Order: sequence, then C-alpha cells, then structure tokens
Amino acid sequence: MPDSLNPTTIPTASARGQPVRFRGGGFTVKRHPWAALAAFALLIAVWEGASRLGLASPLFLPPPSAVVRALAGMVTDGSLWLNLKASLGRIAVGWVLGTAGGMLVGFAMGIFSTARAIGVPLVSAFFPIPKIALLPLFILWFGIGEPSKFATIGFGVFFPTVIATYSAIDQVPRNLIRMAQSFGLPWRSILRSIVLPGALPGILAGFRITASIALILVVAAEMIGAEYGIGAFVLMAGNLMQTDTLLAGVLVLSLLGLAIGTVLSQLERRLLNWR
Amino acid sequence: MRLLVSDLTHRYDDLTVLDGIDLTLAEGEILAVIGPSGCGKSTLLGIAGGIVAPTAGSIRVEGEVPDGCLNPITFIFQDFALLPWRTVEDNVALVLEHHPLSSAERRERIDSGLRRMGLWEFRKALPKQLSGGMRQRVGIARALAVRPAMLLLDEPLSALDAQTRELLMDDFLELWRREKTTALYVTHNLDEALRLADRVCVLSRRPGRIRELVIIEEPRERRQEPSAQAHLAEVRDRLWHLMKAEAQMADREIARA
Repeated sequence: MPDSLNPTTIPTASARGQPVRFRGGGFTVKRHPWAALAAFALLIAVWEGASRLGLASPLFLPPPSAVVRALAGMVTDGSLWLNLKASLGRIAVGWVLGTAGGMLVGFAMGIFSTARAIGVPLVSAFFPIPKIALLPLFILWFGIGEPSKFATIGFGVFFPTVIATYSAIDQVPRNLIRMAQSFGLPWRSILRSIVLPGALPGILAGFRITASIALILVVAAEMIGAEYGIGAFVLMAGNLMQTDTLLAGVLVLSLLGLAIGTVLSQLERRLLNWR
Repeated sequence: MRLLVSDLTHRYDDLTVLDGIDLTLAEGEILAVIGPSGCGKSTLLGIAGGIVAPTAGSIRVEGEVPDGCLNPITFIFQDFALLPWRTVEDNVALVLEHHPLSSAERRERIDSGLRRMGLWEFRKALPKQLSGGMRQRVGIARALAVRPAMLLLDEPLSALDAQTRELLMDDFLELWRREKTTALYVTHNLDEALRLADRVCVLSRRPGRIRELVIIEEPRERRQEPSAQAHLAEVRDRLWHLMKAEAQMADREIARA
C-alpha cells in the first residue's frame, strides 16, 4: 500500500490544506412571493404621492384613490355590470366561434396531410392581417350590431387556434401512436385516447394567447361602434376628459385579463395534472 | 405461433437497412437479435409487428391463435410507451377498450396482469410517479392483458439500471416458464441474450444481414448455475468475436457520416 494511503499516516482533518471554495449557486429561480405585492404597493404609493404633491396633473393622471372612487361609482350606478356584461358576452361568443372553428381546422391539418398542404399557406397568408382592419368590412357584411363584433373576435381567435392545434398534434409522441396501432386500436380510439389528450397542453397554451387576443379585439371593436362595453365606456370617458373613470375602465380590463388567466391556470392544473 | 421471415429487405429512401433476411422463429422459441447500432434490428421488429411496411420480401405467421388472445403479435417497448395522462390500470385497460369483453373479463385481465407484475398497489398511480423498472412492468402487464401468442421486445431493458435489469430478466424468465410465449428479443446486451434466448441472431452492420445464428445449448433454467458458466463464456466469446469488428466498423461509419 502506498504510504499516502496508510491509515496510520493519513493526516487527520485538521488545519492542513485549504478549504474547497464553494462555486455553485446562482442561476436558479427562487420564490419571492411578497416581492410582486411590494412592487405594486410601491408603484401605487409613488403614483398617489406624485399626484398629491402636485407633480402630476390630476386631470391627465388622476391618483389611484380617485380611480378607486370612480370604480366604486361604476359599481353603485350599475354601469360596471352593464358594460362588463356586454364585453363578456362578445368575448364569449366570438371566442367560442373562433376556437371551435380553429380547433376543427387545426385538427384536420394536424391529422390529414392534404389538409395541411392546403391549410398552411392559407393560414400563413391570413394570420398576419391585423384583424381590427377587417371590422369595417364585417360591418358592411353583418351590420353595425353584434355579429360584426363576434366576427372580428372570432376571426382573430381562429388563426392562432389553428396554429396552436396542429402544432400541438405534431408534439404528440409518435411512439404512443405506434404503440396503439401495434395493439390494434381503431383510428377513432387513437384520436380520442392519444392524440386529443396528448395535444391538450399545446391547445390550452393556445387558449391563453387567444383569450388575450379576444380581450384586445373586443375593446377595439367596441371603440369603433358600440353603445355599451368596456371599450365604449373607456372611449366615452376619454372624450369627456373623465380620466379617473377612463382609468377605472382600464383597471376593469386588467382585472378581466387576470381573471381569464386565473381560470385558464385552474383549467390547466385540473386537466394537465399528469405533467 | 411461428414467424417466417423470407428474403426481407428494407430501405429508407436510398439507405438499405436490412438485406435478404431469412429467419424462422419456432413456436415457444426466444430468439435474440443482436448487432451494431443502425443495423436494422428495430426495423426488423417493426416489420414483424406490422407497423413498418417492408420494401421487399415477406413476413408471415403460422399456427393457431390461442384462446383468449386478443393481439397475437404484441410489442414491449424500450421507452415503455405509456400514456402519461392515464393511471397504471388505465394504461393496461387502453388495449382492451376496443374489444367486446364483459366488464368482469376486462377487470380480470387488468387485475391479473397488475398482480403478476407486482403493480396492484400502484394501480392508481400515474407513470410519472413510478421508477423506470415499474414503468416497464406496466408495459409488460399491458402486453399480458391481451394474452399474446408472440412477444416482440425492442431493447426492453436498455433504459434501466443494472439492478432493475436483473430483476426484470427474472420476471421475463418466469413469464416464459409459465406462458411459453414465442419471442423476438432485440438487444445490444450480450448478457441479456445469453440469459434469455434459445438462439442468437447476429446481424452485420448496415445493411443488416444475418452473420450467424448461434444456438445456446444450455437450458435457460440452468444458466445461472456454476456448471453452465464455461459453455456460456464460450458462446459469449463467439458472439463478441462476431460483433466486435462489425461494431467497430459501424462506429467508424457513424463518425464519418
């Protein structure tokens, strides 16, 4: 045995040598649950302080307290529910129509090569068009009422849904499909038991994007031609220079986006607990 | 059930991966297929299982399908191929869903497979909650649920650690002792072939051709005994001698590609 390995001659842990320097750490995400709340509180405090100290004109940037008061006023006079109901109805109908159509076409493109060969160039051509630019055309086709707004939102939601759906089907591991084929599962069962659940994560990720698109388009469509709706409400408040009411409407939109995101997160947690 | 492979050739575009394979797999036999990477072992298995269409040649089965067999030729996959969104028992149930079985028989097939593979306690678990060995046991339970006449095993142990491989080899031996199922077993591992197979088919590097069919004389149940080790070492040397040059050349071809 070499002398250096002889237990009687190995030096005991002592002051000999240098400690090994720790070089790990960093590049990891740590949870700071209070940081976001603190940042919000700080931002609101600075905003309120700036307004009270006269650093910002209350006409152009009303303090948060005035925005909250305006929001409370919207609740008591019933205008919040009236406008929110109109916007939510348009989002729901437009989103459901666009999503149903998009999923149908996306599934066809994900499964059938011919549908994909036809669909991909069409989707690539139509997807980049800013959908709000088509609202005047939809008004000509469907009138100034609700159908033109449903069509704008539906059309805006349709293309991202198509892309999300067929991309999600591409992501379904082919080994699972081959496994099912090797056990003789019929085509419909493979679609129902493997393709659909396997594509669900990508489809739900698409919902998150299309929900935001629907929110943007409903506001834009309501600003162009609607009596009620958060978009119309915000535009009206701006025209009357009621900036506190305007910001209350924007706050409602932000909270609406947050609520939709929370619902989708819950849905993902429920349906994708296997990940 | 017997498998008859005749003058089988397979090409992917211009690349010939299998060339003129003639092979017969006897009823109840376990034939291991070994060979260097890319020699077409898995393609051969895919063709045998009907999920890859051969370019030329034929592959046929002969013999009676046993009573209760729902899928005569059944795969066990290297990557387990479990549906991550289904529980263990639902993964097994998947392969019975399209068969007109009574609910009692369906339940019996699922439960007996799970019990035999020691998965009963884990029947409600999702695949992500299981170890690699347990996942492969689910794959085996799923295969057993259809009472196969022939098993096609595509490197079923290669994704597992050494101890788990040993345990699963014991499970396979027990399975074959009871069921006498015909099996085509693709592997990289000579020790698996020596432990499990009746014959070993050595494929050349691409395009895969049969270099030699080596018979392992020692009965399977005696291969762990000291008296069998000399014969097994001799077969192992022979297999390695056949494999080594092919593997080295295949390696160089991959490096050049």
